[in-house]
Amino acid sequence: MNGKGIRIEGLAKRYGKGDTAVDALKVVNMHVAPGEVVGLIGPSGSGKSTLLKCLGAVIEPTAGRMILGDDVIYDDGWEVNDLRALRRDKIGFVFQAPYLIPFLDVTDNVALLPMLAGKPNAEARKQALDLLQGLDVQHRARAMPSQLSGGEQQRVAIARGLVNRPPVILADEPTAPLDSERALGVIRILNEMARKFETAIIVVTHDEKIIPTFKRIYHIRDGVTYEEAGEGQGF
Amino acid sequence: MISLAGRDIQHAWGKFVFTGIGLGLLIGVTLTMAGVYRGMVDDAKVLLDNSGADLWVVQKDTLGPYAESSSIYDDLWRGIRSMPGVARVSNITYLTMQVRQGERDVRAMVTGVTAGEPGLPGWPPQLVAGRQITRGHYEAVADVATGFKLGDQIQIRRNQYHVVGLTRRMVSSSGDPMVFIPLRDAQEAQFLKDNDAIRQQRRRTAENPAFNRPGVPGLLDAVIASQSTNAYVNAVLVQIEPGWDEQMVAESIRRWKRLTVYTRSQMEEILVGKLIATSAKQIGMFLVILAIVSAAIVAFIIYTLTLGKIREIAVLKLIGTRNRTIAALIMQQAVALGGIGFVVGKIAATFWAPVFPKYVLLQPLDSVIGFVAVIVICVLASLIAIRAALKVDPAEAIGG
Repeated sequence: MNGKGIRIEGLAKRYGKGDTAVDALKVVNMHVAPGEVVGLIGPSGSGKSTLLKCLGAVIEPTAGRMILGDDVIYDDGWEVNDLRALRRDKIGFVFQAPYLIPFLDVTDNVALLPMLAGKPNAEARKQALDLLQGLDVQHRARAMPSQLSGGEQQRVAIARGLVNRPPVILADEPTAPLDSERALGVIRILNEMARKFETAIIVVTHDEKIIPTFKRIYHIRDGVTYEEAGEGQGF
Repeated sequence: MISLAGRDIQHAWGKFVFTGIGLGLLIGVTLTMAGVYRGMVDDAKVLLDNSGADLWVVQKDTLGPYAESSSIYDDLWRGIRSMPGVARVSNITYLTMQVRQGERDVRAMVTGVTAGEPGLPGWPPQLVAGRQITRGHYEAVADVATGFKLGDQIQIRRNQYHVVGLTRRMVSSSGDPMVFIPLRDAQEAQFLKDNDAIRQQRRRTAENPAFNRPGVPGLLDAVIASQSTNAYVNAVLVQIEPGWDEQMVAESIRRWKRLTVYTRSQMEEILVGKLIATSAKQIGMFLVILAIVSAAIVAFIIYTLTLGKIREIAVLKLIGTRNRTIAALIMQQAVALGGIGFVVGKIAATFWAPVFPKYVLLQPLDSVIGFVAVIVICVLASLIAIRAALKVDPAEAIGG
């Protein structure tokens, strides 16, 4: 399943109809291999958020093709019936702010996804604890989100994004609220996790600190993507 | 799957408990209002039960003696007593008034019973202290709710009465405690005018040439004497012989005595259906308003709590949480709030009910109905918040 990462071909998104129609995405082509972390960079209004919402199966593109692993999930129309299950099982999200559920402790914040997928609580919690250990926050497993530092919260959010072993993770400005050291720490973790779990990770960012770390960068401008080799060698 | 609602409540328990207490006090008021209504119905039934009567014979075409005034001659009982199927009869008078004791007065229903004949219908069936009335005048048996004690001197109209016995749960349909006095005294209290009025009436009669004819000696004295007698009672209470049909005996009295007769069920219908009907409607309106206010409060609280979680709900939806899981989170919180409120309300009502001046009867069935109503109201009230939550776009969790 994770063998092919995510491939996007000719993806387009138009808002509205007739004279008032706006083409937020015109031609988007991307391919992110398993274990790879790529940057997605573009100015405000370039279509980053729209692309992220299309990739996250939150809004429907107008045309194009999206292949996740071996599965075509969009081909000028959704190929899957249950988008909610698709998001839960095959797409991981990491947000600008961690957006942890404030009334669940760290373990249950991470274990919630496998529980939603129908796994028994004990099994889901074990899976979450293993992941928290990998991210070095296992000692905060019983803490509530409000008791964590910003970096810890973001690591827990990454664990939540990874817990169902999705073939792709969409990270929306994951380092924005962090200082340089912590921001680089988060990117290091994302790279480690991508390799460990064979996950393709797309990082939308404006953060100058982390842009040099990407091996490959997609620029998006006026709804069109351009690929560029990055300066970085990853971690 | 863990209970998201339970975790949220656990996390913000103070907010839920204090909100639940506020809601609970409102529910307590609602339960008490229902208890006040039940108390009124129970008072009415107790009045009928304690009278020991099977039939009430009253003035023709009246709803007496409790719902309307009724006045019949006090010698009619003899004729009724002789009718087939009648076991025992007794005259009775009822008069609700302020009874004075020293510096204070108590609202009570003064009941006139035939002295020296305990066991007749109308008498208090049991005493908790002292003895029944044995003398023909100036003795009284009072309900403990009056606050009178054995040996107290109480004043009814112009006469002083000695409290010789105490009874319990003898109340009028309005919940006023009863004070039993000898029938003759009660008739005076109800029908006899004050001295000034009597003198004025005698003067007016004497000045009337129709009653003061020079050629008819003794006429004026006879008229005045007839005006001074109190030959009326409010009703005759009847106990029928075992095995006799009360409808048949009642019909016989109606037919031969030209009076109105009510059976127990008819009298209960008058008391519950007519006498306290307006009060019941009033309480019903209060219950409806309180239910609406409770629903509005629950809806507002749950809606506010939900709005405070919009971002979390968006995240939950984005990561694949089903709508029914989110709806259950909100509904379970509303039900939990209702549950906390009901427990607080029930405890509050139980503690403050005895302090109420009128009898408040909290029936288990009313509590069950109240609980179901609270839960239904909470479920309905949560629908607005659920609607708002389900409209949250998961894209809100993604910036831009």
